[in-house]
Amino acid sequence: MKRDLLTSLIAVAVLTLVLGIAYPLAITGIAQVVFPGKANGSKLTLHGKTVGSILIGQDFKGVPAYFQSRPSATGYAADATFFGNVGPNSVEGREEVRENLAAYLKLNKPYDRSLTRAQVPVDAVTNSASGVDPQISEANARIQAHRVAVVRGLPLRKVEELISAHTDGRALGVFGEPGVNVLELNIALDELGPTGRKSDISTRFRPVGGLGGGGDEG
Amino acid sequence: MAQGWLQIGIFVAVLVALTKPVGVYMARVFTNQRVFLTPLLGPIERLTYKVLRVRPEHEGQDWKAYARSLIVFSLLFWVALYLVLRTQGIQPFNPQGFHSGPWDLSFNTSSSFVTNTNWQYYGGETTLTYFAQMAGLAVQNFVSAAVGIAVVVALIRGLVARSGREIGNFWGDLIRTLLYVLLPVSIVGALFLVSQGVIQNLGHYAAIHTLAGGTQTLAGGPVASQEVIKELGTNGGGFFNVNSAMPFENPSGLTNFVELLLILVIPAGLTYTYGRMVGSQRQGWAIFSAMFVLFVGGVIVVYMAEQHGTPAQHLAGLHTHAFDGSTGGNMEGKEQRFGIADSSLWTAVTTVTSCGAVNAAFESLTGLGGAVPFVNLSFSEVVFGGVGAGLYTMLLYVLLAVFIGGLMVGRTPEYLGKKIQAREIKLVSLGVLFTPLVVLLSSGVASATTLGKRSLSAGVNPQGFSETLYAYLSQANNNGSAWAGYTGFVQPHTPGNVGSYGISFADLLGGFVLIGARFAPILFVLAVAGALASKKVSPAGLGTMRTDNPTFVFLLVGVVVLVGALTFFPAILLGPVVQSLTTRLF
Repeated sequence: MKRDLLTSLIAVAVLTLVLGIAYPLAITGIAQVVFPGKANGSKLTLHGKTVGSILIGQDFKGVPAYFQSRPSATGYAADATFFGNVGPNSVEGREEVRENLAAYLKLNKPYDRSLTRAQVPVDAVTNSASGVDPQISEANARIQAHRVAVVRGLPLRKVEELISAHTDGRALGVFGEPGVNVLELNIALDELGPTGRKSDISTRFRPVGGLGGGGDEG
Repeated sequence: MAQGWLQIGIFVAVLVALTKPVGVYMARVFTNQRVFLTPLLGPIERLTYKVLRVRPEHEGQDWKAYARSLIVFSLLFWVALYLVLRTQGIQPFNPQGFHSGPWDLSFNTSSSFVTNTNWQYYGGETTLTYFAQMAGLAVQNFVSAAVGIAVVVALIRGLVARSGREIGNFWGDLIRTLLYVLLPVSIVGALFLVSQGVIQNLGHYAAIHTLAGGTQTLAGGPVASQEVIKELGTNGGGFFNVNSAMPFENPSGLTNFVELLLILVIPAGLTYTYGRMVGSQRQGWAIFSAMFVLFVGGVIVVYMAEQHGTPAQHLAGLHTHAFDGSTGGNMEGKEQRFGIADSSLWTAVTTVTSCGAVNAAFESLTGLGGAVPFVNLSFSEVVFGGVGAGLYTMLLYVLLAVFIGGLMVGRTPEYLGKKIQAREIKLVSLGVLFTPLVVLLSSGVASATTLGKRSLSAGVNPQGFSETLYAYLSQANNNGSAWAGYTGFVQPHTPGNVGSYGISFADLLGGFVLIGARFAPILFVLAVAGALASKKVSPAGLGTMRTDNPTFVFLLVGVVVLVGALTFFPAILLGPVVQSLTTRLF
């Protein structure tokens, strides 16, 4: 017993040092040297300013010139994630989908008269798991392309080309589902902008009262 | 769905292909033979023994000595983890300035990680410092996994011992598992994950201005190093609150595939290790087959159910069929890059093993899809199961099946030439029934008292009952996945534990359930190992019931299903089954 206690004490100390400190710090060191961009969150920049991470979805609500991310139960928080926990038989779940569906049609139908409820893809009106899903489905992007093209005064074909360019296929052609990276796509759209300055574009397209005090002035 | 079935098919094929090489490697490790890493790791192994003052090769332990070392070691590590969690405010690697955790929550979390469960009432990125994640939780991800593997190796030694008392040396099994199996795979796996986008840094969270003019804070942390062992050790405790759904933990279809393999590779490989160590590969494949059948059945059910969508979605007027460019199905609480197929596969994989990591929200699963995790857990995690724990629990069921089979044909039950007698069967029954009993008692108490209701988020209805039952099912089976609305922690002002407090009832009941349902079965298993070790091996004769053919596999599956179904069917009826049979909302 006494011997077990002593051995255990040493083991706890040694294993904590090796597995809890040396191992993660060594991996961090190697990662920071070999894959610095990825190890630090795959950040994206526009005109020299960091505007997000390619892996983390953002809120584009109220700015119709941007492709919209999937609904989020967490307000797109990337530092305090949690699940929506909406059950399959919950009234709350029905109301949420109903509202999302109505909002999606209201936003996109003016630009695509043939759009019907049956064509709305499920990802467009359901909460993602992480709350920061960076992608939307290809069908969702194709519907929104009509709106973005009109609002930005771009030919639809140009927007569709950009969608294709920012669609991530299945890994190795097999694993996962294809998805369109929303932030990357929106950055690409901004880079097309007439003056090339982000603030001009978002100000120009921002609907009155759309972002309630938010802004990127400066 | 064809593409989804293809993905699932490829995954299963790769898993089967890996079972033999991984199994052979581990068998060599556990029988002290040379492996390709020996020239590199041999000196480190010997140094470690010297520091620990043990001589595993010369000091065989009987089951009691083995159990004593294991319990004392785990207890001390429990204390160490509790101290880390309670003092994290003064520790290094705390760029966010988080405070220490409340006592009741820390009790639950310590119990959760020492038992290889990783049940999480806390929110990772909002309450834990990098130091607590690395030196507290991730250490346990390694150690608790190694303890589970050590126990099954000891049981196997008991089964094959040619009369004697010794079942190995705990310290040797522990160190060899860590050094030759878990650590090398983790190092390679962590670097691979970083190369695919999983973050690995120690920096401050980054506040950014978003494209649309808002703000967003990007969390940081040493995630990859923890992610890999979280899967490999079937632990499941995410660095982030939403676990492997968070893109920083699981950024693509490829990382998802690799993480899924990491979860299953050791539990599947151990069946081959088993066959090799008992000297009959057919015995190993028989157990593999029984596990495989139950696993694949679950995958099929979840996938088809999730592809159908939920009553709430249909009543809202949403069309959940798949079409060009859209997966269709129940995408609530799922990520686009995984879609329905990979989320369903993950759901089955993480609940047959006792991993408990999730890449989709369980509470948002369809009624029938959600029933699968319940059913998988009600099989006491014997379908591959946790590393080591799955196989040792399955071996208890094997002994039970041998006993029942022996009764049916009217012969003394024998397994691998060893007579299974009263003492063994008593211990086996205790080992098999202990966990289900704990689940029913604890979830019963939590459902029936007002104390338990404080943890509910869905209210008093079938969904709420599912939350409660799953909470204790998951903790008792050391799984760790959750109907995540159920909580034992209230965090009014994020971040960093400011003003936060635990729900003592849920934390304490859960903590005791975790510890009891982990260590009591381990003691029963080691006692069985000790009892079997001293038995003589009698040669197989004409009357010996074979345990390596399809008939036995069928019998084994039957015993697992019967015990699970008889114990839990009434309870599962009240939760997910009710939900899958009705289109009504509540």
